[in-house]
Amino acid sequence: MQERLKELQAEALEKVSAAAELKELNDIRVSYLGKKGPITEVLKGMGKLSAEERPAMGALANEVRDSISVKIEAKQVELEEAAVAKRLAAEKIDVSLPGRPVRAGSQHPLTKIVEEIEDLFIGMGYTVAEGPEVENDYYNFEALNLPKGHPARDMQDSFYINAETLLRTHTSPVQARTMEKNAGKGPVKIICPGKVYRRDNDDATHSHQFMQIEGLVVDENIRMSDLKGTLEVLAKKIFGQDREIRLRPSFFPFTEPSVEMDISCKICGGKGCSICKGTGWIEVLGAGMVHPNVLEMAGYDSKKYTGFAFGIGAERIAMLKYGIDDIRHFYTNDIRFLKQFSVTE
Amino acid sequence: MLVSYKWLQEYVDLTGVSAEELGERITKSGIEVEGVDKLNEGVSGLVVGHVIECEKHPNAEKLNKTLVDIGEEEPVQIVCGAANVAKGQKVAVATVGAVLPGNFKIKKAKLRGESSHGMICSLQELGIEGKLIAKEFAEGIYVFPEDTEVGQDAMALLGRDDQVLELGLTPNRADCMSMIGVAYETAAILGKDVKLPEPKAAEISEQASDYIKINIEAKEDNPLYVAKVVKNVKVGPSPLWLQGRLMAAGIRPHNNVVDITNYILLEYGQPLHAFDYDRLGSKEILVRRAKSGETIETLDSVKRSLSEEHLVITNGAEPIALAGVMGGANSEVNADTVTVLIESAYFAGASIRKSSKDHGLRSEASSRFEKGVDPARVHKAAERAAELMAELTGGEVLAGSVEADYLDKSEKTVSTTLGKINSVLGTELEMKEIENIFARLQFRSTADNDTISVIVPTRRGDITIAEDLIEEVARLYGYDNLPSTLPVVASVPGRLTDYQKKRRVVRRYLEGAGLYQAVTYSLTSRDKALQYALEEREPVELAMPMSEERSMLRLSIVPQLLEVLKYNTARQNDNLAMYETGTVFLKDGVSELPEEREHLSGALTGLWGSHPWQGEKKPVDFFVLKGILEGLFAKLGLEERVQFKAGEMDGMHPGRTAEVLLDGERVGFAGQVHPTVQKEMDLKETYVFELSLKMLLDAKSEPLHYIAIPRFPSITRDIALVVDKVQSAGELKEIIAGAGGRLLKEVGVFDLYEGDRMEEGKKSIAFSLKYYDPEKTLTDEDIAKTHEKVLASVKEQAGAVLRG
Repeated sequence: MQERLKELQAEALEKVSAAAELKELNDIRVSYLGKKGPITEVLKGMGKLSAEERPAMGALANEVRDSISVKIEAKQVELEEAAVAKRLAAEKIDVSLPGRPVRAGSQHPLTKIVEEIEDLFIGMGYTVAEGPEVENDYYNFEALNLPKGHPARDMQDSFYINAETLLRTHTSPVQARTMEKNAGKGPVKIICPGKVYRRDNDDATHSHQFMQIEGLVVDENIRMSDLKGTLEVLAKKIFGQDREIRLRPSFFPFTEPSVEMDISCKICGGKGCSICKGTGWIEVLGAGMVHPNVLEMAGYDSKKYTGFAFGIGAERIAMLKYGIDDIRHFYTNDIRFLKQFSVTE
Repeated sequence: MLVSYKWLQEYVDLTGVSAEELGERITKSGIEVEGVDKLNEGVSGLVVGHVIECEKHPNAEKLNKTLVDIGEEEPVQIVCGAANVAKGQKVAVATVGAVLPGNFKIKKAKLRGESSHGMICSLQELGIEGKLIAKEFAEGIYVFPEDTEVGQDAMALLGRDDQVLELGLTPNRADCMSMIGVAYETAAILGKDVKLPEPKAAEISEQASDYIKINIEAKEDNPLYVAKVVKNVKVGPSPLWLQGRLMAAGIRPHNNVVDITNYILLEYGQPLHAFDYDRLGSKEILVRRAKSGETIETLDSVKRSLSEEHLVITNGAEPIALAGVMGGANSEVNADTVTVLIESAYFAGASIRKSSKDHGLRSEASSRFEKGVDPARVHKAAERAAELMAELTGGEVLAGSVEADYLDKSEKTVSTTLGKINSVLGTELEMKEIENIFARLQFRSTADNDTISVIVPTRRGDITIAEDLIEEVARLYGYDNLPSTLPVVASVPGRLTDYQKKRRVVRRYLEGAGLYQAVTYSLTSRDKALQYALEEREPVELAMPMSEERSMLRLSIVPQLLEVLKYNTARQNDNLAMYETGTVFLKDGVSELPEEREHLSGALTGLWGSHPWQGEKKPVDFFVLKGILEGLFAKLGLEERVQFKAGEMDGMHPGRTAEVLLDGERVGFAGQVHPTVQKEMDLKETYVFELSLKMLLDAKSEPLHYIAIPRFPSITRDIALVVDKVQSAGELKEIIAGAGGRLLKEVGVFDLYEGDRMEEGKKSIAFSLKYYDPEKTLTDEDIAKTHEKVLASVKEQAGAVLRG
């Protein structure tokens, strides 16, 4: 009897080891440990044993059952793990296949420039002022010290609607309007972005419509050195710390003294090339101290108040900054052009 | 203004300052030097040669075989193709080894069997622009005067061994439209003196006043007129140095008399006119406004009608010159002229500008008068012209000048204070430094305590106020030397307005939703201006458009975006989503300016979702567009207040267009572009919208307020309703929401069936209703009554029955 149990144990353990599937394992469990299994069968002969032999045999029988059961458990875990592994292996994907694209657009490069400059100045305490694109001759010219017949009006041939109204040729009328609204009181600290229009044939470097950004500060004790410092901050922010800046005197009817700002040419590093016309410098903006006539016309006492103003072309900035060679790209909106500006710098 | 570096040296000592360096320093001090041109750049080996023999080439009809003495031991044979080459001429020869512009190297050559040792050159071949070459040499080779010495450097003789600074003058610096003006500027920058010419013509005893009388009627237009008379002139070519200087300055040489007037114009900035005295037709000059109906034939052989606004020089009876702009053909100096009347006058800018503009004539003279010449140079210029005429034409200068002078000669003084200068500039300059700067500029100044007064020289008409003086100080002190500071202003917080902030939110949202921002032109054609307008109004029209295509201001942005789509699809960019925020312009009969409204517009075409390898290819449809807009309205907190209502619009698909209403008021439209328009523009199915951004952003949204997160479970009921095909889902939803009352929290469409299992003319729409009570857990009984009411309402109001 003892031998038979040992034999069954060995036989069962071997079968468990060899089992390759969970079902097979279950069959083994049922056949050996079930009520109709051989071990039960063997134990039925216990009656024939002596009272002394019986406990020992009982213990052996339990031991055999347990050992088979433990083995089956272990095997079951093993087989289950193998089954999972197999399923996972079958589920393997090619991670190099392209992902499902998330649709994303982006802002226009001109807006990018405008907002960058707006944010810089908002950080320095400016507010953003806007005004009409169709303007009175008064705000566009006269209030800016450009009376009718002034030779400098030739500098910016304009689109007139009638004798008194025109498409604004610069964003400076917003300055005139803002100052007028402030009724001779300071401080005024504004930045004015917007579309402006000039009578130009569209080509690689001219556009009848373009985006200008102007700044204006008026208060007591505004100095030209403040203008210089402000322009330096602006230029470094837009073009980077490593570009050199040059201010030189110029002429605008609405400022006195007037300034033009150049930055060192990125292409040739200042040695002179075709982009900078051999000078090593590229003109980027015009500025100056607000002309006393402009202050007075807007109701400011020019003995008490001074101010500075600057104007910058967003297209020009974008062209220089990103190396764009044709101003018309900004207005044809070729998607291959627009897409390039979705990258965060 | 083109400035010869060599010529400038006659007035200012430029020792140790190269042309490039001078250019940089002038630029830094306020006049932009746009370039420094080396006139003999890339040219070498040019000498004066003497054609000692010239005959037809034996084998080529159009060529000549010449023997030219080039100052070497033996003359050389040169084959020349110019028609005007002739024996005895002194010519410019590019010798073997010479280089001409464009790196053209001269080598020994054989032309049709004849050897050629060099090339006889035209001025164009030497790099001189055709329009600057005297007419007689415009075609063919250039011929030097007979007495020119053989073997000299031909380029130097033509004044080409020079450099030219190209000054980009702003309108205020008319003073630098002359060599003397530039000399003053240069001297101030370099801290040097100016040497001025002191003209004194040797005069004969005959009096000019016996020849001519000057009368001015239009004294405001012409406060000063000076005439000098030179007789016995011999009109002919000018000497080479003079021709060279004119060409370097961009002026074509004509003859000695005309060249001298141009030379004075360049030197003094004073335009002169030379009349043929014998052709004046009288002994009188009368300056007056033209009479209406009068005409004049100008030097360019154009007959011009005059009006009372045009200033003319007359002989007392009829016009002989359009003052300050161009002379008349009837009194023009020609080869036979013997006596010349030199006119040197001061004409007021406004008057000349009017004539110049009306007649479309801009000349070197008119542009100077327009901007203002220096009245103090009028006499000197006349004197200098007479001196040069005596010297270069052999003429005799009559004694004295004849003039009419009504000029205001009072001195102009401008004052400022040291304190003002320093406070405007942010500097700490001392009075001595200021005085020194004015001294360099040759402005007479007097300092009295803190005040400095400057007598402004007549040449600097641009200086009228204290700020002009401050600019002079700043530019000569050097902008580079100014300190850098930031404005100290009572602290105001910088910020965007709510509107500006929300506009940025709208842009960022749309970009995040997959749209690219476009920026298009405001000016468009009449047709496009009117299309897709939210409000029908007359467009604002330009008085003088450059083209029909850009003649009106837009009333809507959609047509511009459709153009963008068309442009892109024509370039194989098929899947597009664009938006724009921008102004549209509405004519307003009442106020002077049109009404400007900010619109938001978008256009989508092609595929929306595309993920080909997983089989996804979703074209744009109405609901893609609507979803984007709903998201936008939700972002602005307007979700509940916006409605889409079926609508029709020109250019839009009649069955796929919605009006967008905000609080019941129309704020725009959205939908599919009419298939006919799509076809015309070669577009696939295209969806567009145009909204009044202003109305959206001005709508006050509810302040953000937290609502407690549900604590009890909700109950969902799904109902499928059979309704007429024309029944809108939106209306059903409203009925349901209305009937659902307090407990009904959400209503959503989850299915739509219009297939053949439905009765003719019917469809089934399924809604999911979510009931929730914040106070307790709902039971079926709790909602039974409400749900019954919902079903009853849809039946009653829309004839909807539950689908069995």
